[in-house]
Amino acid sequence: MNEPAQAAADAETWELRLYTAGQSPKSVAAFQNLKRICDEHLKDRYTIDVIDLMQNPRLAREDQIVAIPTLVRRLPDPLRKIIGDLSDTERTLVGLQLRRRD
Amino acid sequence: MSKPASATGAGRPLPKAPTGITGLDEITRGGLPRGRPTLVCGSAGCGKTLLAMEFLIRGATEFDEPGAYITFEETGEELAQNVRSLGFDVDALVADGKLVFDHIHVDRREIEEVGEYDLEGLFLRIGFAIDSVGAKRVVLDTMESLFSGFSDMAVLRSELQRLFRWLKDRGVTTVITGERGDGTLTRQGLEEYVSDCVILLDHRVQEQVSTRRVRVVKYRGTAHGTNEYPFLIDEQGISVLPVTSLGLAHTVSDERLSTGIDRLDTMLGGKGYYRGSSILVSGTAGSGKTSIAAHFVDAACRRGERCLYLAYEESPHQIVRNMRSQGIDLQQWIDKGLLHIEASRPGFYGMEMHLAVMHRLVRKFDPGLVVVDPISNLASAGTADGAGSLLLRMIDFLKSSSITAMLVNLTSGGKSQEATDIGVSSLIDTWLVVRDIEVGGERNRGLYVIKSRGMKHSNQVREFLITDNGIQLEDVYIGPEGVLTGSLRLAQEARARAEAVEQQQQRERRQRELERRRAALEGQIAALRSEFDAIEEEARIVAEQGLVRDRARLQDRAAAEALRGADRVEE
Repeated sequence: MNEPAQAAADAETWELRLYTAGQSPKSVAAFQNLKRICDEHLKDRYTIDVIDLMQNPRLAREDQIVAIPTLVRRLPDPLRKIIGDLSDTERTLVGLQLRRRD
Repeated sequence: MSKPASATGAGRPLPKAPTGITGLDEITRGGLPRGRPTLVCGSAGCGKTLLAMEFLIRGATEFDEPGAYITFEETGEELAQNVRSLGFDVDALVADGKLVFDHIHVDRREIEEVGEYDLEGLFLRIGFAIDSVGAKRVVLDTMESLFSGFSDMAVLRSELQRLFRWLKDRGVTTVITGERGDGTLTRQGLEEYVSDCVILLDHRVQEQVSTRRVRVVKYRGTAHGTNEYPFLIDEQGISVLPVTSLGLAHTVSDERLSTGIDRLDTMLGGKGYYRGSSILVSGTAGSGKTSIAAHFVDAACRRGERCLYLAYEESPHQIVRNMRSQGIDLQQWIDKGLLHIEASRPGFYGMEMHLAVMHRLVRKFDPGLVVVDPISNLASAGTADGAGSLLLRMIDFLKSSSITAMLVNLTSGGKSQEATDIGVSSLIDTWLVVRDIEVGGERNRGLYVIKSRGMKHSNQVREFLITDNGIQLEDVYIGPEGVLTGSLRLAQEARARAEAVEQQQQRERRQRELERRRAALEGQIAALRSEFDAIEEEARIVAEQGLVRDRARLQDRAAAEALRGADRVEE
């Protein structure tokens, strides 16, 4: 199956940002889940930028972060946000538009 | 060690953060609970955001308490724009580090929820905003947007609970705004989280007149006003009108003020009204009530007092022009800043709002005299039953401020002259009635004093004339034909004058006649006198002639005797 989203995704480097608050269990879980999903679906085509809002609360403004953890897909366009610990891989893939919503 | 009673809690006053908003601190007895959240709720457009904003701005400018404004709906720039029109320089406060805005925007469409999350980001952002200026005051406007941003209500509610506890722990005085729901204070039940103080704003339209009202629904641990109080939003922000529950304890003045009309001064014990008293001028249409008020204003301005003229019928220009035709130049007082005429349509807003406007104007202008022209129109702006109590408050307010009040009341023709539509007569110290007297095909004005507390006043009806030189009061003609006014009075006076002339002429005629008779008698007397003189003269001549003759005869006889040598014969 050659889905359009998949095709677009194949062409570019993915720029992801994960907002966390210190080493809270949800933040740690989210990072681990994200890393696993990316290695599986976006091998060598992604960067993950982890931003700890405990350290830099002012950075929450730019991406309008309210919930923790929040994953922001900055590239490719359009901007997508996924909140939560990303424990559901299927829904995370849908959210990242790596898989079409069935 | 025994603690003082006040420290046990019963008598200890709750620490409060004054809002600086006119009137609100009075009804909350000092402000919002310090270090606790307060919920401000109301329907759309009722002034929640403005109240919250003013709370922050006044905190920053007047109480040296920096503030953080967390907005969930409008951006900080939009908010600043909105309040800039109210004369608050938000930009300067932001530049000085006394105020900070943060716009928290949650758009459900771009958010996917996968797994567990919390709102720690919200805490961090609010915390960051608070820390960046050292905020003592925080506004959250309107949190309810969060409810549409997240689908997991359980998480949201527990996080909100945590948020309010956290805000309390940080010791910031917080205002949370909330949209009014159907039958509940807020749509999302925010009142469950905020238990300390709830303020309800209301924007109601009654008989097509809108009035904003504020009510402190609950305020834990303190006494507060429980009524609904009207409030006003204008270029100075919000002002709440605390409805004063005045006792009758105001001080009174013995000073007397000229009415500006000489004859009226004499009618009022020779000196005029008392300072700080309430004067009612009532009368039918066109009877000259405004003129009486204008004279009083003119006299007050001449003394250098400031006057506030609230006109509900005529525009300032119209009043100035009309009074100029009577020789009263009000414009000079306006130019000198002694007179301010505030004209507004009675129906423009509700009665309470008129009262609030008056409060504000009185505070700003600090007048010695306030004229309300007319109160009857004002009553039409609200419901009839509310009008009386409102005027009572108005009069009370002016009395307690020792401001002389002149209220003009238009009575409708059919009713008794002595009844005011609004029933305020018992509050009035001096009551003048101008009535028209219709007689002999004309309508003339008569003026009398119904009452004037604390002074001897005339019981006479005076005819009231409006001339090029102002008001003149004339005695009415009271004669066998009854009370006469206008041209009948003039005719009667002319008749009286003619009679007087006639009498004068008669008197003169009689005098002339007597004079003539006297002159005639004098002539007769002169004639008799001359006759008398003639007779007397003749008698003298006769007597003289007799003497001469006798002497001659004696000489002759002596000569003869000598001749004869006769002896002496005694005769």
